[in-house]
Amino acid sequence: MAFRIAVGLWLTLVVILSLSLPMVARPEHWYDLPIVPGLEEKARILFFHVPTAWLSVVGFLLSLVYGVRYLRRRDPEDDLKSATSAGIGFLFCVLATVTGAIWARFSWGTWWNWDPRQTSIFVLLLIYGAYFALRSAIEVEEKRGTLAAVYAIIAGVTMPFFMFIMPRVLSSLHPEPILNTQGKIQMNATMLILFLSSLAGFTGLAYWMWRLNVRMEVLLHRHHGQSGA
Amino acid sequence: MSSPLHIAGAGLCKVFNRRQVFSDVQFQVSQSERLLITGRNGSGKSTLVRILCGLLTPSAGSVVIRWGHEVQEVERPGVIGLVAPYLQMFEEFSAIENLQLAASLRGYPFERGRAEHLLGRVGLDIKRKDAVRSYSSGMKQRVKYAFALLHRPPILVLDEPMANLDADGVAMVREVMEEQHQERILVVATNDLSDCPRADAQVNLDGRT
Amino acid sequence: MAAPEVIRGSWLRSVGAVFMKDWRAELRTRYAVSALLMFVVTTIAIIMFSLGSEEAPADVLSGMLWVVIFFGAMSGLARTFVVEEERGTAMTLQLLTTPGAVYFGKLLFNLVLVFGLNLVTIALYGLFVNGFIIRTVSIFVLTVVLGSAGFAAAATILAAIIARASTKGTLYPVLAFPVLLPLLLAVINATRLASEGAAFSEASGEFQLLVSYIAVVIAASTLVFDYVWKD
Repeated sequence: MAFRIAVGLWLTLVVILSLSLPMVARPEHWYDLPIVPGLEEKARILFFHVPTAWLSVVGFLLSLVYGVRYLRRRDPEDDLKSATSAGIGFLFCVLATVTGAIWARFSWGTWWNWDPRQTSIFVLLLIYGAYFALRSAIEVEEKRGTLAAVYAIIAGVTMPFFMFIMPRVLSSLHPEPILNTQGKIQMNATMLILFLSSLAGFTGLAYWMWRLNVRMEVLLHRHHGQSGA
Repeated sequence: MSSPLHIAGAGLCKVFNRRQVFSDVQFQVSQSERLLITGRNGSGKSTLVRILCGLLTPSAGSVVIRWGHEVQEVERPGVIGLVAPYLQMFEEFSAIENLQLAASLRGYPFERGRAEHLLGRVGLDIKRKDAVRSYSSGMKQRVKYAFALLHRPPILVLDEPMANLDADGVAMVREVMEEQHQERILVVATNDLSDCPRADAQVNLDGRT
Repeated sequence: MAAPEVIRGSWLRSVGAVFMKDWRAELRTRYAVSALLMFVVTTIAIIMFSLGSEEAPADVLSGMLWVVIFFGAMSGLARTFVVEEERGTAMTLQLLTTPGAVYFGKLLFNLVLVFGLNLVTIALYGLFVNGFIIRTVSIFVLTVVLGSAGFAAAATILAAIIARASTKGTLYPVLAFPVLLPLLLAVINATRLASEGAAFSEASGEFQLLVSYIAVVIAASTLVFDYVWKD
């Protein structure tokens, strides 16, 4: 209960701040955010896009981990957790694709341009879609969990190759992430804090959704078991 | 004196889609013994047979086969022969070709002479080259017997042994059963108790859910 | 009755038997092969009609070739597992042999099938599609060899998965596309390099990726196949 309220308040605060804090060329006050050349005000999308992209990948990895656990232990709850992780990951993947397209529109004028990052998130979307299509095509519970886990493994194993081939195929239009390599942080402290807070907030939200969904699915599963012959 | 050939099932239970088929089934069969599995239609006889042959994983419990040493999963094909309504032959091939597959898929060399002899013994025409697909159900059943016996299985499992067979076929099966019983293990699953009048061990699946 | 020393048969013989069973069955009926050939011929005919007398640029033609190959693979490579389910002989195979032998036997079958199919596709494509020229043959040959092997590797494990599902046909490309995408990008890129006349070493990145892709997919498949195959 407390967790839910805390996450709600936190995210609300983050959203308000990320949309309202002034962006100035030379940040002086503690609440000033630096201007990202070329993006200016529209850089605020960063606070929303990156967390959703991050969570869509985490969702897939979690689904994979629980899938492997299900293969070994055959505990139906592991399969429920695997499916739930995939569901939430899928939701955030859709959000990431949309916010990514918005960012692309702001930065380069087109909604979609097949650069490595946009294509990667699209491929992840396809994998999620395939995962759920497979699940819905199998009626026997035990087989469903098994085959879905196996597919997650095969898809997961080929995903890294995608990262390797993309740079060779297209020149990237994706701007250098402004928070990656050592020392090259072009964010100021305020922006960084806000960004990390957004990341934490969305992760909290996703975790809450995940836990709620798992509890519901476990209860449904047990109830079905008792009422079935 | 413990026999080197032995099959034991302990605590076997199977659940399909949340419905329990049977629970806590056990049996012990040694060399020169027969196991009879009985029960009404739908009581899970075929499910138990499949678990015994390693074709289905039980929800709980285990089946252990010993032949001197404990038989591993990879060795199971060499130890078990199965005749069942749900075991399909490779119908696009002829009878002799099916026997060839029965040997080569197991990784064994194919003894053509023995295969032809076996086909004759189960009452099939060894000269017949057309695909099993064109055979009558009685003849398909005979092919299944040849298929199961080719590698002289220490454990012969028969699910509905007399299905589709005429009087000659039934006589052939009784001979096979008697021979198997001499030195090896015979498992029979059936509704009809006259199929296997004497049994050393019995599992009745009625009322086990 | 004394226990023998060795009960298990020769694994290689089992693999060979799985392969030969599918191979001989196919030779007799020729269902798959004729359907696939018709598919390839029809697809290339459609491409010819769409292009007319236009010449598309090299990278477009490279991409299209592999699109045709992709859909050819989707039409043909699931068959080896699906027919076992349809005919009910999956259980027979489970009784007679180990999962590993089934996987490698069918992988081998798919390898042969996809090689044959691709050779025909490429021959027809080269003959009839305007403007498709390969300048660096060495790159192209290795690309076809590695690409075909990669297709077979991914397609086989995915075929085993969908054979157990209910809507097999439509599900197969949906599952296969994300998994095959890195492979597709690599071979399309390499083909483009080959048709532009690039030096062999320029495609080394693609070749490295292809080899590791094949190795990784086969390794992962051998680890998970038991779970797919056994009930």
